[in-house]
Amino acid sequence: MVDTMPMTGTATDVVLRAKDCDMYYGSLKAVRDVSIDIPKNKITAFIGPSGCGKSTVLRCFNRLNDLIESFRLKGQMTYHGQDLYASDVDPVEVRRRIGILFQKPNPFPKSIYDNIAYGPRISGFKGDMDELVETSLRRAVLWDEVKDKLPESGFSLSGGQQQRLCIARTIAVQPEVLLMDEPCSALDPISTLKIEELMKELVQNYTIIIVTHNMEQATRVADYTGFYNAQVVEGAGGKVGYLAEFGETQKIFNDPTLEETKDYVTGRFG
Amino acid sequence: MGFALFILLLLVAIGLLILTQAWPAMQEFGLSFLWTSSWNPVEGRESFGVLPIIYGTLVSAAIALLIAVPLGLGTALFLSENFIPLKIRTVLVFMVELLAAIPSVVYGLWGIFVLIPALRWFFDLFGIFFTGPSMLAASLVLSIMILPIITAISRDSLAALPPELRQGSYGLGATRWGTIFRVLVPAAISGIVGGVMLALGRAMGETMAVTMLIGNANTISLSLLDPSNTIASLLANQFAEARGIQVAALMYAAFVLVILTLIVNILADWIVRKLQAKY
Amino acid sequence: MTTISGVPGDSSDTFDIQSLKAKRSRSRNLFNIIMTGLSGLSILIALVPLVLVLFYVFINGVNRLDLDLFTQLPPPPGSAGGGIANAIVGTLIVVAIAAAISVPIGVLCAIWLSEFGGGDTSIDEYVRFGVNILAGVPSIIAGVFIYGIMVRPGRPGYSALAGGVALAVLMLPTIVRTADEALKIVPQEIRWAALAVGASNYQTILKVVLPAAIPSILTGVTLAIARAAGETAPLIFTALFSPFRFNGVTNPIATLSVLVYNFATLPFQPQQELAWAASLVLVLMVLLTSIIARVVTRQKTY
Repeated sequence: MVDTMPMTGTATDVVLRAKDCDMYYGSLKAVRDVSIDIPKNKITAFIGPSGCGKSTVLRCFNRLNDLIESFRLKGQMTYHGQDLYASDVDPVEVRRRIGILFQKPNPFPKSIYDNIAYGPRISGFKGDMDELVETSLRRAVLWDEVKDKLPESGFSLSGGQQQRLCIARTIAVQPEVLLMDEPCSALDPISTLKIEELMKELVQNYTIIIVTHNMEQATRVADYTGFYNAQVVEGAGGKVGYLAEFGETQKIFNDPTLEETKDYVTGRFG
Repeated sequence: MGFALFILLLLVAIGLLILTQAWPAMQEFGLSFLWTSSWNPVEGRESFGVLPIIYGTLVSAAIALLIAVPLGLGTALFLSENFIPLKIRTVLVFMVELLAAIPSVVYGLWGIFVLIPALRWFFDLFGIFFTGPSMLAASLVLSIMILPIITAISRDSLAALPPELRQGSYGLGATRWGTIFRVLVPAAISGIVGGVMLALGRAMGETMAVTMLIGNANTISLSLLDPSNTIASLLANQFAEARGIQVAALMYAAFVLVILTLIVNILADWIVRKLQAKY
Repeated sequence: MTTISGVPGDSSDTFDIQSLKAKRSRSRNLFNIIMTGLSGLSILIALVPLVLVLFYVFINGVNRLDLDLFTQLPPPPGSAGGGIANAIVGTLIVVAIAAAISVPIGVLCAIWLSEFGGGDTSIDEYVRFGVNILAGVPSIIAGVFIYGIMVRPGRPGYSALAGGVALAVLMLPTIVRTADEALKIVPQEIRWAALAVGASNYQTILKVVLPAAIPSILTGVTLAIARAAGETAPLIFTALFSPFRFNGVTNPIATLSVLVYNFATLPFQPQQELAWAASLVLVLMVLLTSIIARVVTRQKTY
């Protein structure tokens, strides 16, 4: 299906907007025709089978794909109406506004304290660092577990704690948006539930986009859900991903418009 | 089983042989060998002390490191980041490796006939008299020779870092060099320091180029423009013609060199191992 | 759950949209540009000597690169003409002796390390540590060691053989390391597959694992030989030098590297020219083997 109109939720404020976005790795088109509005202070989930471009789209929102030499974006992405890819926009500034969390917890080989303080320090934070570290850790519901071992290495924590450390690290630079790229796929079920609770807590202050393979997770946490699918490209020998359907999570899972969405959410493929 | 232990036996054999051959000199001169300065092989009036030579060994290696560490690290960072297309980077990596492939004696020849005349011309501009063979000439060529070691090992340890570290830092809004200085280099520091230590060991033991350029003068001079000597070049110069107690004295000097490089190399090995344990 | 209000991050309503612009961070960008420039400059400075050395070796060596160079003996000091035939042959002989000793021992040692070592990791560790230490032994010490064993008064004396053994000591750690790594790369599944069809441990290693690793081992051996060909320090008081043609492995022998060393310090221009020509031959040998070894490695089995 081809739909160039932005698929819009019913939310009031739009934080991020993609319009007619095609994404390429070298000459290979990986994602086509993505148009989506991300509503403010809501959790938006991206679901879909592997290789359909969910993560690629996610990483475009904070220009992390700039790190891949061959990557190219065609189309427009805006943040509060401002073109993210305009020539006078500093990607470094973008990433401070739009934080990201990865699949595998990736603490720096530094102390717990320095992991949190890293972002604020590089942004030239002048305030009370101890307070900011504590606040960030409290928000990530990690404070009680680590308050006595702040000088220890971030690696000394369990996987779930490491991921919450990364969340604390991200919110310490005071972003407005949190991008989460399968943040729970490397974690056990209990840690996963903790992160999910945390997300519901955080969404009061942040706009969250989460890529997940776990459909129950999407139904548990997301206000809106976008279903991505991929189709084989004739002759090119590859697949190109696209945003098939986007709407309120309830609707996507209970009453999807498209047959392919229905097949996916009911577990018939993918 | 036997073949693996062969390596260890060989190491022990090297140590033991040098020690037993040095023994007469150790008995004769004791530890004062290390802090006396005369080197007189004339029969009947022999006296041997290696203080100026140890000084020359350490100072030439230190100056070489002083030049090679920033250049080598800068090169490693440039080659581990994506400033230029991968294909050109591969060629540049190969060229830096070639620096290590050129034989030491060729650097020596080049030093005598190209570098020293160039330095002489340069110092002439300021009216400074430059003899030629000197600590400066030897250290400059040494720095060229150890730079590829520092670059290769630093680049390897930077490349061994998980890509998530870099992404994590960029994701927090760090700039490229902010990420390099605050995350990547600290995370790879044990590998980088290990590489520097290996380069130091190599610089202390490097023989031919140094022998041809340092002037082989057993004196301590604070001026880098004066000739000096290193243990390795002392051995290279005198072994073939040495007799009697002089051979033992040279073996004693060789023993000192072995101990110095052993300490540096064991430290390097230990530091590099620490890195591997972390990731 | 704890929620804290009034902390940074709540103020997103008053978010300043202009702050995405690059102009706010000019000093930061300047710092990045300067650092990028410095690191690019350091690689340029690092490569200047390479270009200069290769350039001077070529222009000073090429005018003596004639047939005589490869067929004639060095002339007496001060006379012109002649060649470095004996040194070229000598380098090949000494390196061949070194390879004949170090390659079998090194490869067997590596096989033991990667195939049998698993049983006792502490010995394994010691041997790998020993290999690293041996690799760090200065090349002149290898010469001192062999001098003490084979050359010093009362022993056989200066010989091609002593030179070859000294080089073998230097080559050994390189060969063990590269062979060890080459064997490690062979996938474990290959070993299991061979064992599963009833091959013994030795058959598996000899018929399956070793053949698979041979291309990489050859690369390592070639690089080690290339480096050994340029070594001088271990030869000056083991192989010594000879102005004559090859005269058996128990006699002193001329080599290219020692010839460069000896002739570079003579005050006669013909000898200096020969030193440059010998350097050119040496550099070409080392560079060609390095490049060939690298091209061969590209065609990996695994």
